[in-house]
Amino acid sequence: MFPLRIAGLRFAPEGRVVLGGVDLELSGDGISVILGPNGAGKTLLLRLLAGLLPADGGSVDWGGAPVPAGRLAMVFQQPMLLRLSVFANVEFALRPQALRAPERKARTLAVLERVGLAHRARDCARQLSGGERQRLALARAWAMQPRLLLLDEPTASLDPTATEAVETIVREIRTEGAKVLMTTHNLGQATRLADDIIFLADGRVQEHETAPRFFARPHSPAARAYLQGELPWRITFDR
Amino acid sequence: MTATLLDALALLGSFDHRLLEIVGLSLRVSLSALLIGTLLGLPLGAWLAVADFPGRGACNVALNALMGLPSVVVGVLVYLALSRSGPLGGYGLLFSPAAMIVAQSVLVVPLIAAVTRQIVEDAWREYAPEFSVIGIGRPQAVRLLLADCRFSLSVATLAGLGRAMSEVGAVMIVGGNIDGYTRVMTTAIALETSKGDLALSIALGIVLMSIILTLNVVAYGLRCWAARRYG
Repeated sequence: MFPLRIAGLRFAPEGRVVLGGVDLELSGDGISVILGPNGAGKTLLLRLLAGLLPADGGSVDWGGAPVPAGRLAMVFQQPMLLRLSVFANVEFALRPQALRAPERKARTLAVLERVGLAHRARDCARQLSGGERQRLALARAWAMQPRLLLLDEPTASLDPTATEAVETIVREIRTEGAKVLMTTHNLGQATRLADDIIFLADGRVQEHETAPRFFARPHSPAARAYLQGELPWRITFDR
Repeated sequence: MTATLLDALALLGSFDHRLLEIVGLSLRVSLSALLIGTLLGLPLGAWLAVADFPGRGACNVALNALMGLPSVVVGVLVYLALSRSGPLGGYGLLFSPAAMIVAQSVLVVPLIAAVTRQIVEDAWREYAPEFSVIGIGRPQAVRLLLADCRFSLSVATLAGLGRAMSEVGAVMIVGGNIDGYTRVMTTAIALETSKGDLALSIALGIVLMSIILTLNVVAYGLRCWAARRYG
């Protein structure tokens, strides 16, 4: 499945170029964070990788193998929660994996315990707060034991406490061996989590650097402009 | 007019045997048709909501059109199917409560399926990306969506029951309105009104309206409770 090689990935619905040819190679470990202004194609890139949209050109090579079923998970900005219990909202995602019922139950309870929602297993998922909902969505993805986890702005609209809880879970998922590819507008979060940064602008990858190098010396004008626009906020946050 | 209304209330108050028999048969026929309509209509509607095949749009249009199918047309078609020379004539169902259940089911299935399709399709649009990434197949998606939309779908089943209970043309044709055997509330109201026995007609009308009103109140309460409990 890794290294994941993306070559010339293009998305241009009705001739309108949104992604104009993304070239990228991702190793199988660590957290890669995609940064870029609104409309750069960050979420679109995740959706193309997840197979939710057909690309208009280019290729994605999963280490020479097809995407193994159930080894890719995605958490959306607005998590989808069924009008069922917290437990059921995790358990249903394990059904395609041909696990036996006791194993599904054990894995579901274990992962709910790890995200701090075991005590709410019987509650209706839609009664959860925003932070708890996102933790539940992460629990669902984690229970699938993915090799690649795609996160689309997982902490957008969450308060700092809920954001910290989500970041802790993301780190744990990474530590267990999953590759994490996430988008965010939160530069503070990117500095806290990222091993490497992919900077997207104008439908192309402008930079792919280790996080310290990217934040210290962005070499593309677009990245420099983006960081300068965000820097005052980041300095305030870091204090 | 007042005297007729008082007579109707007296019939209700005395638990008139004939009235109870008609009400009992009406409920048996309509609830049976609703059960069949629910068992067929819910999965059919949910499947149409998530399925992707050529001609799906045409199927949806046809299903919506069938919601407005005139009950007398259904009555004639079921009559032809169940008559001695029809394809199902060998079962001897014509002019029996079973024939009335068949006719009402034919009316109820498209209604429940069409309303279900609309409700489930809205949920499917919201959930499809996540289901796709997880690898949920269409059969499991249908089950999950039906479970997720269960409270909204009470509207579909309620609409089906309303259609079945208020229907008169089809059951008149295939049931024959036989006293004590296939006479239900709607056919009895039609007959007794034409005979001039307005007291029984009004009493049956009050029962019919009370049942439908009660069911609507229960469904409304259920939906309010579900909205608070499940969001």
